[in-house]
Amino acid sequence: MPWNLDNDRPIYLQLMERIQHDIISGVYQPGDKLPSVRDLAVDAAVNPNTMQKALSELERCGLVYSQRTSGRFITDDASMICGMRKELAQEHITLLFKQMRQLGFSDEETLEMMKQSLKGENNETDS
Amino acid sequence: MRPILECKRLTKKFGNFFALSNLDLSLDRGQIVGLLGPNGSGKTTLIKLANGLLVPTDGHIMINGMAPGTATKKIVSYLPDRSFFSNQMKVKEILTYYADFYKNFSTERAVKMLDTLEIDRNARFNALSKGTREKVQLVLVMSRDADLYILDEPIGGVDPAARDYILQTILTNYNENAAVLISTHLISDIENVLDRVVFLQNGQLAVNAAVDEIRTKYGKSVDALFREVFKC
Repeated sequence: MPWNLDNDRPIYLQLMERIQHDIISGVYQPGDKLPSVRDLAVDAAVNPNTMQKALSELERCGLVYSQRTSGRFITDDASMICGMRKELAQEHITLLFKQMRQLGFSDEETLEMMKQSLKGENNETDS
Repeated sequence: MRPILECKRLTKKFGNFFALSNLDLSLDRGQIVGLLGPNGSGKTTLIKLANGLLVPTDGHIMINGMAPGTATKKIVSYLPDRSFFSNQMKVKEILTYYADFYKNFSTERAVKMLDTLEIDRNARFNALSKGTREKVQLVLVMSRDADLYILDEPIGGVDPAARDYILQTILTNYNENAAVLISTHLISDIENVLDRVVFLQNGQLAVNAAVDEIRTKYGKSVDALFREVFKC
């Protein structure tokens, strides 16, 4: 199943984000071995060189590391993954507030609405 | 390393018409390159020159440092834009034919792909649908261990599911020492598997850039850039 990629942004960046997301969300556990470049490329239906570039970039940020003979692994550094998870959450939140401001809601109003909608959801699950 | 394909001032004239003029281009191994351009921009002329089906009017074209000929046909696997088999042949006879012609043809690989595509090897070629015939020809071409694959419109006539399989076939079968040159109009379908794209316009080079370079520089896909450059 080809990965869902946008048309207007560099492909390698999107591959990085996707793998990063898979690491954060636990599809890959710390210390796990990554599939080979070729397998990942076929899975994503992208050019192997582009996949290679994405992995090299992830390596540069320290999220994955390679062992000369046995392949690429996810970092064992759980606190790094945890930090990245928070960073990503922060990005989502910032984006949400920005979009709500564009719709004309103040941050306080947004917060209030979020509480209300959370309550609604809880009630639904209760009943 | 020596480029697998190199054109220097390559020119091809048909009468007074310049199909290609002064084209300088070089392709490296290990890359999948899209050859794009509007109808009549010179794509098929370039491909035919690379395969020795046409000879240059001026300039030259080299495959691994050699002029197109018997030696280069051994290392170039070419998918023409039209059907090239006698209609009376059965698929399995075509396999034998190919194995006979090319030392680097793997019957095993071809059989495996034909089976995945559920193509009956006992069927006669002319009994197959247009799309299936295209699939058979692509399977044959990709079953060779070539240094350069030249595919002229490989996905034009096949359904979207088969298109995915064909792209997957290209990705899994080419190796780091080989290059793939694909000419097509279906840019958005193949954009993600390309390293770079070459745009031809009126027989000249209009763009030669990596896909991600284009996306970084213009903030748009190759498909969108193509529509802009060649707006009618």
